[in-house]
Amino acid sequence: MRYDSLTDALGETPLVGLPRLSPRWTGDAPVRLWAKLEDRNPTGSIKDRAALFMVRAAEADGRLTPGCTILEPTSGNTGISLAMVARVRGYGLVCVMPENTSVERRQLLEMFGARIIFSPAAGGSNQAVAVAKKLAAENPDWVMLYQYGNAANAQAHYEGTGPEILRDLPTLTHFVAGLGTTGTLMGAGRYLREKAPDVQIVAAEPRYGELVYGLRNIDEGFVPELYDDGVLTSRFSVTSYDALRRTRDLIEHEGIFAGISSGAILHAALSIADRVAATGEPADIAFIVADGGWKYLSTGAYDGSLQHAAEKLEGQLWA
Amino acid sequence: MAIEVKIPTILRTYTGGAKSVEAKGDTLSALFDDLDANHPGLKGRLITDEGGLHRFVNVYVNDEDVRFTGSLDTALKDGDSVTILPAVAGG
Repeated sequence: MRYDSLTDALGETPLVGLPRLSPRWTGDAPVRLWAKLEDRNPTGSIKDRAALFMVRAAEADGRLTPGCTILEPTSGNTGISLAMVARVRGYGLVCVMPENTSVERRQLLEMFGARIIFSPAAGGSNQAVAVAKKLAAENPDWVMLYQYGNAANAQAHYEGTGPEILRDLPTLTHFVAGLGTTGTLMGAGRYLREKAPDVQIVAAEPRYGELVYGLRNIDEGFVPELYDDGVLTSRFSVTSYDALRRTRDLIEHEGIFAGISSGAILHAALSIADRVAATGEPADIAFIVADGGWKYLSTGAYDGSLQHAAEKLEGQLWA
Repeated sequence: MAIEVKIPTILRTYTGGAKSVEAKGDTLSALFDDLDANHPGLKGRLITDEGGLHRFVNVYVNDEDVRFTGSLDTALKDGDSVTILPAVAGG
C-alpha cells in the first residue's frame, strides 16, 4: 500500500481471530473472538483516529489555523497521536498529563516536540482535565480540542472503526472496547446499532488504585460529555490484576503483544464469550487492541509474577 | 446472606475508615437500606432525592455496572461483591 503522507495511512487495521483463546473456534455454534489491531496505526494506538478527526474538524471550522498551538488533557496516547498530527500539519502542542503515567509516554511526547505540563497524580485524569480547562482560560489563543466532549472523536469511530469491523465480520454479535473518553464506544457503537441493531455494545473500564479516585467529594466526579449510556449494553470494571493476566494470555496463546488496557478489554470480552458459550449459541465477538505493549515495559507489567506486577501498577494510569 | 461492599476512600467517613463492610439484601436497593441502617448517611451519598443513582457514583456487582443490570433492582445473592466508585476521567 502506498500513501502520500503518514496520516493517510491511518485506520484499515487488521481484524485477527483468536483460535486458542476463543471458547469454541469451530463446530456448529462457534463462539469466536476477533482482535482489531489498532496498534497498527501510525503512532501505535487507536487514538490516531480521534486525533486526526479532531484536528481536521477544527481546521474546517476555522478554529485551528497555521502556527496555532493545540492544548489537550491526556493520559498519553491521545497526546502522542496529536503530537504526530501536529508535526505533520505544522502546529504546536501542549499536553496536560497526570504525573503517574509511564515514562515511555513522556519520552515519546517530548520526541514529537510536545510540551508537557504535569498534573498531580491524585485524582488522575480528572485533575488533568481541570488543569487544562484553567490553562485554556488563561491562554485564549491556544486551541483545546477536548477529546472528552469533541464530537469528532466519536465520529472517527462512526466513520472508521465501526464500518471496518462490520465489513470484515458481517456475523458480528458483540463489540467490546475500552471506556475512557467514550469516543470509540459511542462512535462505533452508534454505527453498529444503526446497521446491525442486534449487536451488543460492551464497555471495559479500568479499575485503578485508590489514589486515582482521590476526589474531595463526589461532585468532583467526571462523566465525559460524549457519554450516552443508551449506546451500551453492558459495562465492566476490570482490575489491574485481571487486565495484566489477559495481556499475558494474549501474548502467550495468540502471540499478540498488547498494552494493558487491551488486556482489560479482552477480560470483558471473555466474560461475555463464556456466558454465550454456556447457552450453546454462536457468537462473533470483536474487541479492540488499543495499543501495543511497548509503552508499558518500564511499568514491570510483563515481568515477574502477576501479583507483583499488579502491585507495581497500583497508582499508575494504564489506559 | 452476606455481601461484601467495597467503599471508596471518599465515603469511608461513614464506615469508620473501613475499606469494605458486609451488608444484606436481595436487591441493591435493599442492600443500600441495610448499609444505611449500620452506616447512617451513606445511602444519601449514593442515591439522589429522585431515587436514582447519583450521576458521579458507579456501582458494580461482581465487576458489572448495575446501570445495565437493573440499577437498584439488580438482584444479589450470597457471595456477591459490590464495589462503589466515584466516576473519574479516563483517556
